[in-house]
Amino acid sequence: MEEILFFAAALGALGGAIGVVLMRNPLFGVLALVVHLFSLAILFLLLTAAFIAAAQVVVYAGAVMVLYVFVVAYVGDEHEPAWEPIPGQRFLAPLLGAALFVELSIAVLGSSLLALDTDGPDVAPGFGDPAEIGKLLLERFLLAFEASSILLLLAAVGAVVLAARRRDLDGGDVGTPSERFAPKASEEGAPAAPPTGGPS
Amino acid sequence: MSIEWYIVLSSLLFAVGAMGILIRRSPIVILLCLELMLNAGNLALVAFSRMVGNQDGQVFAVIVMVVAACEVVIGLGLIVAIYRRKLPLDVDELRTLRG
Repeated sequence: MEEILFFAAALGALGGAIGVVLMRNPLFGVLALVVHLFSLAILFLLLTAAFIAAAQVVVYAGAVMVLYVFVVAYVGDEHEPAWEPIPGQRFLAPLLGAALFVELSIAVLGSSLLALDTDGPDVAPGFGDPAEIGKLLLERFLLAFEASSILLLLAAVGAVVLAARRRDLDGGDVGTPSERFAPKASEEGAPAAPPTGGPS
Repeated sequence: MSIEWYIVLSSLLFAVGAMGILIRRSPIVILLCLELMLNAGNLALVAFSRMVGNQDGQVFAVIVMVVAACEVVIGLGLIVAIYRRKLPLDVDELRTLRG
């Protein structure tokens, strides 16, 4: 039973990951990531990490993915141009990814960790429960807990500052970086031609 | 299932995420691939915590989730800011800071 669940969830996680990489429309990529996250939650449950699995579904697949969907809907689906800055990048990248996987596997399997091919020790029934994790967070890892709460606050404030509407930058056509930093040719007359590269 | 399987799956997911970052050029998809890599790390953390029989790794995974959420918020804020300024959403075009 456990094997079936593991392989089903592993297939879902891997398929979701490959879908994220290969989908041309970012919205479908986000949906593939949701599949990936749900499969990972099943894997976490198999590893007796109930709280992590619940947090994964609620925080990630719930809140973060909604944020992604909103931004993709706001920005719209953009097409990736065929222009390649590095020739052969599309063929080199899978090769490098495969090399990274081989390297990681050699590093892990060659680490001579004796417990690696076991199921892990028998654990108490409450292992990974919210109560246990909460106790650890509020006692032993209190400093990390508080630091992460400050980090969340900073990120929220930073996002508001970054995405806030600014009149000086928002009103006119800003153009691509090269157009923006090029010296102005003429100041009079009608406004300059619309930017070529930007979304309209 | 032995812990080995989880670790190999985690490194496979990490490699897929890294490959996606190398291939894709849309900042949104690059953020999604970063999520893949962080989640692969989370899976390895939880698997090793099960292997040792200690819950510290799970607490670490929670903290990694918090950091990932912050990264998403800042990254999406940057994307919205880039879009508002009518710059192209393509990491190869946005290279003013390149040396």
